[in-house]
Amino acid sequence: MLYREAGQFKTSYEADQAIFPIRQDRIFIVLGLLIAYAGIPLFASQAGAAYWLGPIMLPFLIYALAALGLNILTGYAGQVSLGTGGFMAVGAFATYKLATAFPGLNILLVFLLAGSITAAVGVLFGFPSLRIKGFYLSVATLASQFFLIWLFNRQPWFVNYTPSGVISAPPRAIAGDFFVTGAGSSPYYKYFFVLTLVVVLALAAKNLVRGRVGRAWMAIRDMDIAAEIIGIRPLRTKLLAFAISSFYCGLAGALWAFVYTSSIEALAFDIDISFSVLFMIIIGGLGSILGCFLGAAFITFLPLLLENLPPKLGFVIPVNLNTNIQQVVFGALIIFFLIVEPRGLARLWQIAKEKLRLWPFPY
Amino acid sequence: MDTLYAIFIGPFVAMASDPANFATVLIGGLLSGVLYSLVALGFVLIYKASGVFNFAQGTMVLFAALNFAGCIDSGAGIWGALLVTVVVMIVLAYAAERLVLRPLVNQEQIILFMATIGITYFLRGLGQIVWGGDVRPLDVGLSGGPIFIGNILIQSLDLLAALVAGSLVAALAIFFQKTRVGRALRAVADDHQAALSVGIPLRSIWVIVWIAAGLVALVAGIMWGSTLGSVQFSIEQVALRALPVLILGGFTSIPGAIVGGLIVGSTEKIAEFYWGPVTGGAMEDWFAYMLALVFLLFRPQGLFGERIIERV
Repeated sequence: MLYREAGQFKTSYEADQAIFPIRQDRIFIVLGLLIAYAGIPLFASQAGAAYWLGPIMLPFLIYALAALGLNILTGYAGQVSLGTGGFMAVGAFATYKLATAFPGLNILLVFLLAGSITAAVGVLFGFPSLRIKGFYLSVATLASQFFLIWLFNRQPWFVNYTPSGVISAPPRAIAGDFFVTGAGSSPYYKYFFVLTLVVVLALAAKNLVRGRVGRAWMAIRDMDIAAEIIGIRPLRTKLLAFAISSFYCGLAGALWAFVYTSSIEALAFDIDISFSVLFMIIIGGLGSILGCFLGAAFITFLPLLLENLPPKLGFVIPVNLNTNIQQVVFGALIIFFLIVEPRGLARLWQIAKEKLRLWPFPY
Repeated sequence: MDTLYAIFIGPFVAMASDPANFATVLIGGLLSGVLYSLVALGFVLIYKASGVFNFAQGTMVLFAALNFAGCIDSGAGIWGALLVTVVVMIVLAYAAERLVLRPLVNQEQIILFMATIGITYFLRGLGQIVWGGDVRPLDVGLSGGPIFIGNILIQSLDLLAALVAGSLVAALAIFFQKTRVGRALRAVADDHQAALSVGIPLRSIWVIVWIAAGLVALVAGIMWGSTLGSVQFSIEQVALRALPVLILGGFTSIPGAIVGGLIVGSTEKIAEFYWGPVTGGAMEDWFAYMLALVFLLFRPQGLFGERIIERV
């Protein structure tokens, strides 16, 4: 009863092609944005902005962005990739090189340029996908992961010959005093900057996947030979998926290094981060934009919950044991979720909507 | 010019001028490749029989080795520890089949793959809860210094590892080719439904395969542990090194795992030794992957993999 499209007539072509055609969806989105832009900052200003906006919300948003990127490649175009961490590192280091080489350039432009550089690198590593498929491809993408991390770790040119190899992000403002990078900037500025970027890019992705490009990706995913026969060019489609996916991942890496941790080091983007992002899209739901956010929330907040819940309940567990128990619970939960709903949290949300359509009546 | 020389000419000059040294590097690489093969073998066994790409194989190696070393430390003796660990691996195989694989039957491969990553986290945490996170020394009496053959230096332990791996592969080959269960395993690998229809129990076959993979993991863990002198968490990283071995040899081929391991082991050692100084070292991290990637461009199914035939 609550979620019903009956009576909502579409009277124009614009309404027919709207991104959220159902009124309840629009209300839901507006509510979500209100919470994100007003509710969370207000809550954080009461409970401690540095903690709630910094180590909790920022990684969630940035992970969601990376998950969007990987979901475009894996969920929509069907190319399994384990190289997300490598591409994120490209974004971070490209931003660093650009920001130090052109100090006057606006940081937003630098981020976008770094994303484009990552897209080019992604295309380069996407070429094998034309011949290699399935698990062979996923292992082959590990090549990009290990090679890129090694490159940034070992070649001093990328860190401007800094001896320690760990560099802090230079402070940059987007306009006037609105500093978004560096350790000293306000958590509110950082939060709003990242949030806006993520919202804009998520909308862009949502539009992309329902248009011609997204349909071509899905055709390639479902059966590439059949897609080729109906006139979809596999070379262009696959490489485009790699490029756009890498753009998102690169941007996520740049934000991670510059806005969240304020330090750029290659080891922050090791293989674990690739697996985490892959978990997010599988737990959230392959081929779903909403799923990226649900999955990112699950993977970022669950360890925090596991860490903070036992002390709240009065159990005192040594730190060592706690991290191990976290791993066990995490692994078990992943298996549990896969068994209960292999199509992810987004699918659960869909089922809930089906239920809401009838509720409270039986049929 | 100097850089170009150091990349394209220098290493070959060094190889030609000191062939004994080259042979030492090559043989050392081949023998360490045998250990990669051992890990890759576990992957192949499970993939062949159930189509599951078992990412947990590396952690199973670590888990088995931790158990083994832990039991020895608690005073169980080598044979006692071996017995306990074998039992643990069998229990693990049953649990994996009953709790993870059976509920997920008929799901897509990627879902099963993710489930095995779940197993990875679970085992990693469990191993540390039970046995602690410290590095444990492992000494099963397999030691021995270097041997010189002419001018070529060989570590006797590596040689022993190669022998163990060789006999393990021979045993597996006999098991697969000559026994009743082995024939059933090959039937399942060929076609699940056809195997079911002639009355092969799929579930017990899966348990058997997981047990076999667990035992291979145990052997690999003991060999790696005694090569390193201790059981530590870097053993798990070996699994990541075994992946290029796997795609080089083909996911479904046991000889492929062996040959792939030898190729990866020898080439990465040679690359590290001769090109490492020019490129800044630690080339081993990625060399095998790049090799496999380039190789796959020419043969997408790996060296001995089944030809990929696609039908619309």
